[in-house]
Amino acid sequence: MDALDPNDLQAVWLTLKLASVSTLLLLLIATPLAWWLAQSGKWYKGMVAAVVALPLVIPPTVLGFYLLLLMGPRGIVGELTVALNLGRLPFTFAGLVVGSVLFSLPFAVQPIQNAFEAIGKRPLEVAATLRASAWDRFLSVALPLARPGFLTAIILAFAHTVGEFGVVLMLGGNIPGETRVLSVAIYNHVEAMEYGAAHWLAGGMVLFSFVVLLGLYLAGSKFAKVVK
Amino acid sequence: MSEIKAQFKLQLESFSLDAVFTAPSVGVTALFGQSGSGKTTLLRCIAGLEHAAGTLQVNGQTWQDAATFVPVHKRPLGYVFQEASLFPHLSVRANLEYGLKRIATAERKVPMEQVVEWLGLGRLIERGDPAKLSGGERQRVAIGRALLTSPRLLLMDEPLSALDHSSKQEILPYLERLHRELKIPVLYVSHSLDEVARLADRLVLMEHGRVIASGALGETLARLDLPTAHFDDAGAMVEAAVAQQDETYHLTRLDFAGGQLWVGKVDQPFGTLVRARVLARDVSIATHVPQGSSINNILTARIEEIRDEGPDKVIVRMKVGDAQMLLSRITRRSRDHLGLAIGLDVYAQVKSVALMA
Repeated sequence: MDALDPNDLQAVWLTLKLASVSTLLLLLIATPLAWWLAQSGKWYKGMVAAVVALPLVIPPTVLGFYLLLLMGPRGIVGELTVALNLGRLPFTFAGLVVGSVLFSLPFAVQPIQNAFEAIGKRPLEVAATLRASAWDRFLSVALPLARPGFLTAIILAFAHTVGEFGVVLMLGGNIPGETRVLSVAIYNHVEAMEYGAAHWLAGGMVLFSFVVLLGLYLAGSKFAKVVK
Repeated sequence: MSEIKAQFKLQLESFSLDAVFTAPSVGVTALFGQSGSGKTTLLRCIAGLEHAAGTLQVNGQTWQDAATFVPVHKRPLGYVFQEASLFPHLSVRANLEYGLKRIATAERKVPMEQVVEWLGLGRLIERGDPAKLSGGERQRVAIGRALLTSPRLLLMDEPLSALDHSSKQEILPYLERLHRELKIPVLYVSHSLDEVARLADRLVLMEHGRVIASGALGETLARLDLPTAHFDDAGAMVEAAVAQQDETYHLTRLDFAGGQLWVGKVDQPFGTLVRARVLARDVSIATHVPQGSSINNILTARIEEIRDEGPDKVIVRMKVGDAQMLLSRITRRSRDHLGLAIGLDVYAQVKSVALMA
């Protein structure tokens, strides 16, 4: 069996970096978005929810294709990033982060939104009668009570980004150290008939996914007990 | 100045609130009515949890008018919800301290030890997790949590209705104690005449989103033009002082202006004020001094009002002494046979007295 070469290790490292950065950004974006979706009674709430959920149903390659066009030289986002002196995003790590965040958005928003909705109005009303301002209520009541939702969101977003292939390939290509993530590396090995190395990487990913899910369920049942 | 003046209008899908009332800023005012009469909605409007059109003044401070709406967290009130709604992620102590920590030190007028003592919270705090408390215990913690914000107005929304009978009995003495010791006004929402008779000083009666009557508890409960007089457990309220103990027969004499009542032994010192209810169905009327009766309490009374109640019954309001009212539910036939009429002096025979404390 072929052992892993330094390029593979680089891909593993890059993947973990991409997943960490994306998850962090996702939390920052998904938390206010989920709060708004859970609280708002606006008529366009359904529309926003549908747009957020879109990556669940459209194929990754399709999302990647449109992102490539948008961020490319003639795309609106592309022109903007060039005008802002940020350069072009496709085929860069930053571009992958943008793609991953969009693609994993529903996996982060939905568990958090469900957790916020499950709290209901009452605890927040109680906190208000106990002199807590809106921001205080959010921090001292809503966030801690939604903790299981956050845990699920972090794990799902991270794992989903680790396993991402279609968006990455369309948007980032195959540049070692910059955009060649684990899934692309596996693809390369298989193309080159290097099944041994592919096994190492693929098996590692299966194991990783299993550990993540196991952790999720164990934590879930623990939290269920605490909350009850 | 020293009162609560509220006026609210709110149109919801299936319900409209159009309520005006004034309550003094001492004692317990009960908002009483059937479910769906709008009492909880009115209480939520007062707290600012519901944004209705209207005005609200509490002790001369405007909490709401056309130009003002003080947000909930800036109103110096305490709110006890129907369900205790303790924060599950916080310990019992942290729940109690949640509001306390959010008010300025100078505003903390209700000390923790006092609340712990009033509500018997010492052992509950030691248990740590609110999930380990019973329903009644949780509600006690919730009341303590609200009191610790040193509110200038305490709002209680049917705090007993989610509890089973034994939890209710467990918590009522605490509420009665608060009633005696608290110096702040309390608005207490309830649909139980029994609870109201125990705890309230004044009554605001609601029906279909409107206030149909308000006044002192005893007077209002004795008004025959109000639906409360026609409930099955309608009756008059008596506030009387412990005056004599009869050790032989294990009885206690309670005195009120214009009369006295013998009741089962009340283990309280002389002069203690006791509340009792005399239900209309437990009072019968005689036109002559009844002879050889087993009934201990026979009071002289004057008939003030008689109202028909259904095809067979009438309800009679009588006055004992200068102020005490009694209600009696009798048959229409008895009224005619005895020739009962307004102004007639009669003997009211009280079959039983329900002590409230």
